[in-house]
Amino acid sequence: MIFAPELLASPTPIFLATLAVSLWLAGTLLVPVLARRPVWLIRSAFSLATLGSALAAVGGAWAVAAAGNEAIVLPIGIPELPFHLRLDPLAGFFLVVIGAMGFFTSIYSLGYVRGIAERRPVGGLVLFFLLFLAGMGLVVLADDAFLFLVAWEGMTVSSYFLVVFEHEQTANQKAGFLYLLMAHVGAITILLAFGVMAAFATGLTSFEGYAFDAMRRADIAPGWATAAFLLALFGFGLKAGIVPLHVWLPEAHPVAPSNVSALMSGVMIKMAIYGIIRVTFDLLAAIPWWWGALVLALGLVSALMGVLYALMQHDLKRLLAYHSVENIGIILIGIGLGMTFHAFDLPELAALGLIAGLYHTLNHALFKGLLFLGAGAVQHATHTREMEALGGLIHRMPWTAALFLVGCISISALPPFNGFVSEWLTYQAFLLSPSLPSTLLNILVPIGAAGLALTSALAAACFVKAFGITFLGQPRSRHAQNVSEVGITMRIGMAGLALACLLLGILPATLIDWLDVIPRQFVGAGIAESASSHGWLWLTPIAPERASYSGTIVFLGIGAIIGLTWFALHGRRHRAPRRGPAWDCGFEKMTPRMQYTATSFSMPIRVFFGALFKIRERSSPMHVHRHAAFPERVSYSLHVDDRFWGWIYKPVSDAAFWIARLTTRIQGGRIQVYLIYSFLTILVLLIFGR
Amino acid sequence: MNDPLPYILTIAQAALLLLLAPFMVGWVRLVKARLQNRRGAGPLQPYRDIRKLFAKEAVVAENASWIFRFTPYLVFGVTVLAGAIVPILAVDLPLAPVADVIALVAIFALARFFVALAGLDIGTAFGGMGSSREMTIASLAEPAMLMAIFAASLITQSTSLSTMVAEIHKGVLLKPSFAFALLAFVLIALAENGRIPVDNPATHLELTMIHEAMILEYSGRHLAMIEWAGMMKLMLFSLLGIALFAPWGIAGTPGAGSVALAFGVMAAKLLLVATGLPVLEMGLAKLRLFRVSEFLGVAFLLATLAILSHFILER
Repeated sequence: MIFAPELLASPTPIFLATLAVSLWLAGTLLVPVLARRPVWLIRSAFSLATLGSALAAVGGAWAVAAAGNEAIVLPIGIPELPFHLRLDPLAGFFLVVIGAMGFFTSIYSLGYVRGIAERRPVGGLVLFFLLFLAGMGLVVLADDAFLFLVAWEGMTVSSYFLVVFEHEQTANQKAGFLYLLMAHVGAITILLAFGVMAAFATGLTSFEGYAFDAMRRADIAPGWATAAFLLALFGFGLKAGIVPLHVWLPEAHPVAPSNVSALMSGVMIKMAIYGIIRVTFDLLAAIPWWWGALVLALGLVSALMGVLYALMQHDLKRLLAYHSVENIGIILIGIGLGMTFHAFDLPELAALGLIAGLYHTLNHALFKGLLFLGAGAVQHATHTREMEALGGLIHRMPWTAALFLVGCISISALPPFNGFVSEWLTYQAFLLSPSLPSTLLNILVPIGAAGLALTSALAAACFVKAFGITFLGQPRSRHAQNVSEVGITMRIGMAGLALACLLLGILPATLIDWLDVIPRQFVGAGIAESASSHGWLWLTPIAPERASYSGTIVFLGIGAIIGLTWFALHGRRHRAPRRGPAWDCGFEKMTPRMQYTATSFSMPIRVFFGALFKIRERSSPMHVHRHAAFPERVSYSLHVDDRFWGWIYKPVSDAAFWIARLTTRIQGGRIQVYLIYSFLTILVLLIFGR
Repeated sequence: MNDPLPYILTIAQAALLLLLAPFMVGWVRLVKARLQNRRGAGPLQPYRDIRKLFAKEAVVAENASWIFRFTPYLVFGVTVLAGAIVPILAVDLPLAPVADVIALVAIFALARFFVALAGLDIGTAFGGMGSSREMTIASLAEPAMLMAIFAASLITQSTSLSTMVAEIHKGVLLKPSFAFALLAFVLIALAENGRIPVDNPATHLELTMIHEAMILEYSGRHLAMIEWAGMMKLMLFSLLGIALFAPWGIAGTPGAGSVALAFGVMAAKLLLVATGLPVLEMGLAKLRLFRVSEFLGVAFLLATLAILSHFILER
């Protein structure tokens, strides 16, 4: 079948993709074999994962480049319900996201997991890491609802076990439970969405409708299409972490091991983006404009709330997790704009929006992966994620610091790195909104662009804080003293991602040429002809008179001027700068405790946007001996919480407990009563079931 | 490559920026001094300051990392590059398509990002205070800035500065949306350049500083580069405002005569800005930090009004 020898001689993209999934699955067999030799297990399993990821990335990239659309049917699974697999350009693109991130994360894991292995057995981590990769690979390869949901559940369950890997901590258990619960609510609505589409594909009498092909051909009534869309949006939105369905994300992502956090934030939540694109553009195809507007609005709210909550965090990984909410929002803004333009039959503009969203998907995978790996390196070296305990790490971990900085610049959407390119494309899509034939949208959409501008400016503030408090300044506690740089494999994993961030920032036209086949498939037009009409150096979406950008020249130009200035200043009579003490305002007793902290850094923003947070702030003087005006110590506590807990989740969980308490009334604990219940049930069934 | 003039003009633009920016700041200070009944130091004083700083020894704090030493070069490089991109003398110069106006704002944000990091690098309270305040103000100013730019670009159907200049030349002037956008731009430019009422460039009190607090630790050539870049930024924002809202005079096709005219007109307009700025500042008092949001909120509102009036009145 697929492992036929002639395929090895001339492989096809889908062969590489299925081979990658097979390698990931085969790797799990190593876990019981090498259970007693953790070092060998780590080396062999993660090498295999690296190889599989490379194959997946190559297969995916090939499928996009060749605009391939191969499908195979595997006669496994339940009889009469074979698995359908398909590798079209959209699946190929997401396979590249999985493969690229899997590749660098697996290299990183070679060193990182060995550090964990010194403390505890890692068999479970290796096993579920591989299953997690395989699950995500199958999600994008699936061409029927059955395999899709099996893979989706495999991905969810394996990531659950990775979240609770350090299960002895209560916080991890709670986070894992919340994640599992919410993921399953989402899975149910996705199942229902597929159910609606399958019902219209073949009616309720046949099972054939579960294949995506049947759903594509189905003629779905508009009302039911909307129902399917909303169900799918809810289910995928839960996984993606769009506000207000995001609360599990900042709990679950930080407590997983950092290589897993990188995959969860970088790749897994993108599977939900894949699902949204697949269901709307491909399976339902006919998109009313308000779907796009809804996705756009949700994206804006997620982006803004995500970054504002991120600013309030002082746990490094929690901060990054909230930024995933923000970036999912930015991706959805692009896709929502694409859907809106598509609904009004403006194919080039729809292509621009879609490409902006996809570009940001890839970018976010890379820089968020890099940042989580960097946070993992910090945790590995200092044994803490608490930013208030860190500081000055740039002196002791120069490589990690420099690579983390690349991630910070990229995610803050600053040129010449990659985050800027996709946000710039999103702005261009926003500015084309006057083409929409609706005055209301014309007026509202540019205000959305201001929301995006606020988001990216706040993100820059947040990453000045994240990098500045963690890596700069002086050590704030002994955690940050006596640390050493992480091992070479961890640095290689991060360096690869940093390089990718730079390349995607300076070669955008090349990437868009490659990506262009995806909008061609779904909206019938691309932007590559105009976007790279002036060669690889210039990015000119729509037209060069309208807007142009060249990341390469920005990068080289700034570099050249810096070089010239440096030579001009250091050419003759150069004196190395003298080192001296910092300006202390004449106080002379400066301590590291007097530095700005993460909390104080974001204090002005907390004041400006205070209404959006649930803030509990208390300060009281202690040890007042001489006079009330001169306390010797002051106790200060600050809690900034997510308002959505109180607004949505608390009422739901209260209601669940209330219903649960009601049901306990019929549980008396006496066997006679239970027998009566059984008897009554049988009686009722006999009456109605005749 | 056959015609060298556009390339010469690109370099000339950057050189003009480097050479004239200190004079413009000196002029602003002089006018301000006269308005305050002081004699002032003369418009050439900034040149002397920069020369003195370059000759002085650079002292770096003990805890400083490479970020602290790299930042002045980056800020300087970014600003000079921006000078080659903004149409000062002529449109459609070779480097003009490198960055449209959105990218230009982002390039300045890159410089600010590093200055804020440098403020945190030493690990003193003042540096952190400056960084925190600067990034807060920037995050409120940036959406307003982009809204003002969007208003202008909706009218000209472009975000490329060269096209915008050419379109406005064709006669899209004196529209209500333009007036609102210009007002918003002026407010934001005050905030972005650390002028009164948001920040006071002449302050000596560490606790009220914003920009100055971040660069408190710099000395010698590092300080010279940052100060010089700050002067160029003020001039660039003036030029950006001129290009967006009053571009008349910028040469459409590069030629010796039109460029000479463009230079004269630009100098006159800059002098007008450099005289108007201190007059405006004299009439204002510095705002408390927590009132800055209101100031920038007004800017945002004006920019939103510009967009609304474009769609409601002008289509």
